[in-house]
Amino acid sequence: MKLALGPILYYWDRDTMFKFYDEVAASPVDIVYIGETVCSRRYLLRLQDYLSVAEKLAEAGKEVVLSTQTLIESESDLKTLRKIAGNEKFKVEANDMGAVRLVANKIPFVAGSTLNVYNPQTLDMLIGMGASRWVMPVEMSRETLVSLLGSCQPGIETEVFAYGRLPLAFSARCFTARHHNLQKDDCQFRCLDYKDGLTLKTREGQPFLNLNGIQTQSALVHNLIGELDSLQSAGVDVVRVSPQGEHTIQILQLFRDCMEQRLSAEQALEQIGKLMPEASCNGYWHGKPGLEFIRSSNSSRVAA
Amino acid sequence: MRPDTTRKMDLVCPAGSLPALKTAIDNGADCVYMGFRDDTNARNFAGLNFDLANAKEGVRYAHAKGKKVLLALNTFPQASGWQRWTKAIDNAADIGIDAVILADPGLMQYAIKNHPNLRLHLSVQGSATNHEAINFYHEMFGIQRAVLPRVLALAQVEQLMEHTPVEIELFGFGGLCVMVEGRCSLSSYATGESPNTCGVCSPPKAVRWQQTAKGLESRLNGILIDRYSEDENAGYPTLCKGRFDVSGETYYAIEEPTSLNTLELLPELMRLGISAIKIEGRQRSPAYVGQVTKVWREAMDSCYRSPQAYSVKPAWMADLGSISEGQQHTLGAYYRPWK
Repeated sequence: MKLALGPILYYWDRDTMFKFYDEVAASPVDIVYIGETVCSRRYLLRLQDYLSVAEKLAEAGKEVVLSTQTLIESESDLKTLRKIAGNEKFKVEANDMGAVRLVANKIPFVAGSTLNVYNPQTLDMLIGMGASRWVMPVEMSRETLVSLLGSCQPGIETEVFAYGRLPLAFSARCFTARHHNLQKDDCQFRCLDYKDGLTLKTREGQPFLNLNGIQTQSALVHNLIGELDSLQSAGVDVVRVSPQGEHTIQILQLFRDCMEQRLSAEQALEQIGKLMPEASCNGYWHGKPGLEFIRSSNSSRVAA
Repeated sequence: MRPDTTRKMDLVCPAGSLPALKTAIDNGADCVYMGFRDDTNARNFAGLNFDLANAKEGVRYAHAKGKKVLLALNTFPQASGWQRWTKAIDNAADIGIDAVILADPGLMQYAIKNHPNLRLHLSVQGSATNHEAINFYHEMFGIQRAVLPRVLALAQVEQLMEHTPVEIELFGFGGLCVMVEGRCSLSSYATGESPNTCGVCSPPKAVRWQQTAKGLESRLNGILIDRYSEDENAGYPTLCKGRFDVSGETYYAIEEPTSLNTLELLPELMRLGISAIKIEGRQRSPAYVGQVTKVWREAMDSCYRSPQAYSVKPAWMADLGSISEGQQHTLGAYYRPWK
């Protein structure tokens, strides 16, 4: 299996982003997805900046993929999308059918998880259009994945979101701006203050969701580091780690160590626990509510 | 593309049951939409929807009055249950459904291959918010209408319509999804079941009510969604409409329990050349459907008679207000500052 780093879902300042990608270039990751996928108002890195980051990462031997914005609303969103689709050097992760239309039968592309591929018929269609990899929907279980892969055409890589706060929903509304009683058009870029998003708790203090601008994430960290054997035997080719405010490079290293069997699943789970902004969940992979955590060695549920 | 503004907008009303279907048609719906009694549609609730015999009777009733019936098959078939969805398409074609409302590309492909004359609408669950996406479905599958997710401001709707030949249907009234439809897994995160996979959001079987010393609590799979004091009206615990704590402040962090109501936008929707206005609420009672349909029929007729003189009558608002969720209304994303 290959190790991938997803796009940064948060809004970090320019220097932090460049520094981060310098570290990524030296990290044990195979594939790096870059680009703004959440909000078009986040302007500190423009496409040109991402392309120069892409060049550096490619020079360091990484496979670079440009990820497109998930919610495309305006002509200016489309303008950026067309530029990404028209780039002649890097593969594109299409996160909306509008993006698929622009890259289909032109360049090999990655079908992003928000394209909602739930059955082999839809996956076969995307393979026919030139998809070389697809990312399964975050809510899909291992069992469903196995059944899907059992009846689709061969020749496409399967990627799974394996670590990070789950991107669960997208909205026209910005919940970070709302928290500050601001309108989205005048958000004052408050997302810059939250390198890991803004945790939403229930009124009895249970961390439930995580507000990240127009995106709503899980508060718990979806973590499949203890499930790498299960991923591999299900036919997964690529596992994705989603960047977080701190320790991302160490987390990539732990995944790598575990994939190369320098660490057991138990050891990796224990070590990664110290690097996480919140407790683990992995229910989706087991066909359960996403927020549950199932310890797979003995299948007994434990508190997250 | 220049939209056809000479054609009148269809009023598309929800039919969760045969009585609701008949009531909608009797009160002035141009079209009704329904689902079969399983997870092939996004309102998969116990006691709701149509078996084949009821669906046939619904189509007969509507067609006898010159009205249309649309069938929502707008969940994403899972690999293991594929035949349930294709059978539903076959049944829809057999009983003379006027159009099927689909979200899944694989299923669209099945439909055009096996039933080339069946009219296809792109469901709101297809998450198409831009003309490139809509034109994708048009070119690939010949979809003739797209229902837009409730995320675009009206100016964005207008811009989108300039670049597509596909008819546009907008939500006009009813429950308000704050998230892009088809791209929300909040419900499965909390309960294991989502609109995409199971046709449900915040499913009733996961709901618990509990009277406590702190007030009446509503829970979803054990998660506290809201807590009400004695002077507050308790609402259904849809998980994005609860009160939560963010940085020590407790409020409706995602959305208040409001309903969408766009009556005041009617002249503008007419000018834009919108093809149809959809009323949400297949889970509602026939009485609700009848009331909403009646008000909207009156309003649309009034607007067509004289768009310049059109204004929202207080009596309409009073009628709608009395039956709406939380009894509050919003223009949602159509009104940009809502965002």
